[in-house]
Amino acid sequence: MRGRLLTILLLAPAAIASLVFVYLFIAWTFYASLTSWNAIRPLKGLLPDFPIIGLANYQTLFATQRFWPNDVFNTAVFTVAFIILSVAIGLLLAILLDQHIRGEVLFRNIFLLPMALSFVVTATIWAWIFNPNTGINQLLDPLGINAVRTGLLSFAPLKPLWDVLDFLRIDVLRLGLTTDPRAALGAVVIAATWQMSGFVMAMFLAGLRGVSEELREAARVDGATERQIYVHVLIPQLRPVLVSVIVILGYISLKIFDLVFIMTRGGPGIATDVPSIFMYLSAFQSQLYALAASIAIVMLIVSAIVVIPYMWSQLRSEGQA
Amino acid sequence: MRVGSMPARLGVVAATALIVFGACNSSGYTAPAASSAAGGSAAPAGSAAAGAFPTAVSSGNLEIFSYWTAGGEAQALAAVEKVFSQQYPSIKITNAVVAGGAGSNANAVLAQRMQANNPPDTFQIHGGAELIDTWVTTNYMQPLTALYQQQGWMDKFPKQLIDLVSYNGAPYAVPLDVHRNGVLWYNKSIFTKYNLQPPQTWDQFFQVADQLKAKGITPLALGDKDQWESLQLFEDILLSSLGPADYRAVWTGGFPWTDPKVTQALQTMAKVVTYVNNDHATLTWDQADGLVMQGKAAMNIMGDWAKGYFESNGWKPNQDFGWTVAPGTQGDFIVVTDTFGLPKHIKDPGQTIAWLQTLGSVKAQEAFNPIKGSICARLDCSPTVFDAYSQSSMKDFAKDQLVPSEANGPASVPAFLTPITTAIAQFVNDRNVSNAQSAIASACKSSGACK
Repeated sequence: MRGRLLTILLLAPAAIASLVFVYLFIAWTFYASLTSWNAIRPLKGLLPDFPIIGLANYQTLFATQRFWPNDVFNTAVFTVAFIILSVAIGLLLAILLDQHIRGEVLFRNIFLLPMALSFVVTATIWAWIFNPNTGINQLLDPLGINAVRTGLLSFAPLKPLWDVLDFLRIDVLRLGLTTDPRAALGAVVIAATWQMSGFVMAMFLAGLRGVSEELREAARVDGATERQIYVHVLIPQLRPVLVSVIVILGYISLKIFDLVFIMTRGGPGIATDVPSIFMYLSAFQSQLYALAASIAIVMLIVSAIVVIPYMWSQLRSEGQA
Repeated sequence: MRVGSMPARLGVVAATALIVFGACNSSGYTAPAASSAAGGSAAPAGSAAAGAFPTAVSSGNLEIFSYWTAGGEAQALAAVEKVFSQQYPSIKITNAVVAGGAGSNANAVLAQRMQANNPPDTFQIHGGAELIDTWVTTNYMQPLTALYQQQGWMDKFPKQLIDLVSYNGAPYAVPLDVHRNGVLWYNKSIFTKYNLQPPQTWDQFFQVADQLKAKGITPLALGDKDQWESLQLFEDILLSSLGPADYRAVWTGGFPWTDPKVTQALQTMAKVVTYVNNDHATLTWDQADGLVMQGKAAMNIMGDWAKGYFESNGWKPNQDFGWTVAPGTQGDFIVVTDTFGLPKHIKDPGQTIAWLQTLGSVKAQEAFNPIKGSICARLDCSPTVFDAYSQSSMKDFAKDQLVPSEANGPASVPAFLTPITTAIAQFVNDRNVSNAQSAIASACKSSGACK
């Protein structure tokens, strides 16, 4: 009995803190999003002294072109492109490192290193790299890259592909990645992928190493080639890791702010604008607190759609074990 | 011992819980004592001037809230504080500075403190709608009519500047400095080399720009990464198209955004942005001025803080760089002014009054402005302490029509700033005149700017 009491008491501070600082503030934000708190006025305690107006802020939000469709479109494209690229590169690196090559520790750390940087640093560096007048173009132009680039872009059979990429704002063959609205989202995706694919690699590598040697041996005895072992034996074993990776990357990209804000400020125009930037400007530039709160709630709901099924399955599998 | 130590441990745990819970409680739910005075209805602020006007005291504490953290700005503030400390040696100044975001971070902190009824003793704020629509109409500030009369300030500042900080006829802040927005800066050696004259109209601008383009020089440098820069370029063009009276009215709904003159301004803007550097979306305003210094671009239209950038990089006025007002805005002066006011609900307004008295004096303004690179908000500062550019700006300031800036002001309610910035940023990309015009017109209505 005493042990139980102690447990409760020891957990209480953390539980209360997270109740207050997470759930109470979520509730508070939701309340704020239902009010007309779109101006400055003294708070009544913690609560804005404004009448409740129902879902009007959400209606305004979805009638604002910048949010709907622009920001939602950008978030969707960014999330999908970022996850596909990070998983593909991470998996490739993990498989390469899995070959027990010389200096594996060195490579592993090199690939992981970008993750140790903050998004602010990554964004600043990549903004410099992509600057058309000072960045990578200066390096590549003398190599004749420009001719290849324009040649590909004007190659008629590929035109539908470029049109689709232009529409998705990820046509990275355009000159001046961060200055051309047709390419800017691609520039942000590249920077984010650079930062996170090392993490994906580490997850997959751990997954591959977790597969028992016997399984590989059994496949080899059955006459499978190395390629077949990966495709049919090892990679299917990585499914739980893949789910974790997708959820983690997914929620990073749904709430991304710092990387985009530092790199492009959501520009050119609003070509790379995301809900978090719009939320920040609405609250702190335009003092539309209730509107900003409604953006936060929409972001929370979308993140929850990604995260809750994952947590649910995790809890269930833990319960079974 | 075991038995004895148990309650002690529990005590620690309980205390921790209390601290955590208590801390939230005190920072969160304690209703500020003064909230009833300002809360509830947004009563017209002009009627709130009840009771005797506070007088200056000579001791105590003074908290000054600003975002002047960068080199010249911080030095200029220190110079004023020095003047103040000579007059009031026993008032202790606390500098509450919030760095970054050209004031947007500071404004967020300020908004939070004001709404929680914990205002700083005085704070830096742009004259115009940023002061009036954010803090005065919402009943957070005290009118300074008595201070202005007592100090004889009514005819020391230009009337149109006092209007900019006034509501219902009462001034609510003391302007410390004046920057001019919408100045065309140009690289003198390029203009001399090709025998060009700085353009006075947009037609002349396009002629000059075509010649420069033919020589392989970017005619106009633009750095609109932060997006206010293209809004600022637009407001200069808008002013040239509307003239000062309609320009002043358009921000508050007194002149329609749907007018053909606005269309014309957008059409001019669409043409102007075809003469800018292709990497404008990645550059900030100072990097754009860097292009002018390197000779890659010939002109830049920017507020006169650009002068500070040129000079700190070793460029000399009238020798390396020249200036004229933005095309078509001769006789108009887009004012960006930093002011300080007297918030309600501060513990002891006496120190703030002392501070405001000092700020409005010639001595403080002459100490502050040469360092900041601005000019005095008063008209009677000595020109000899200023450089050639500021002297020419002072002459214009005394006789020109003074108009506000949306990009650096703002000229309108805060809720209008984000949508108009978005609309112009998009417009720079797609140059779709009718889209931009209807977006701005509808945002003006929905934000409450067009009453």
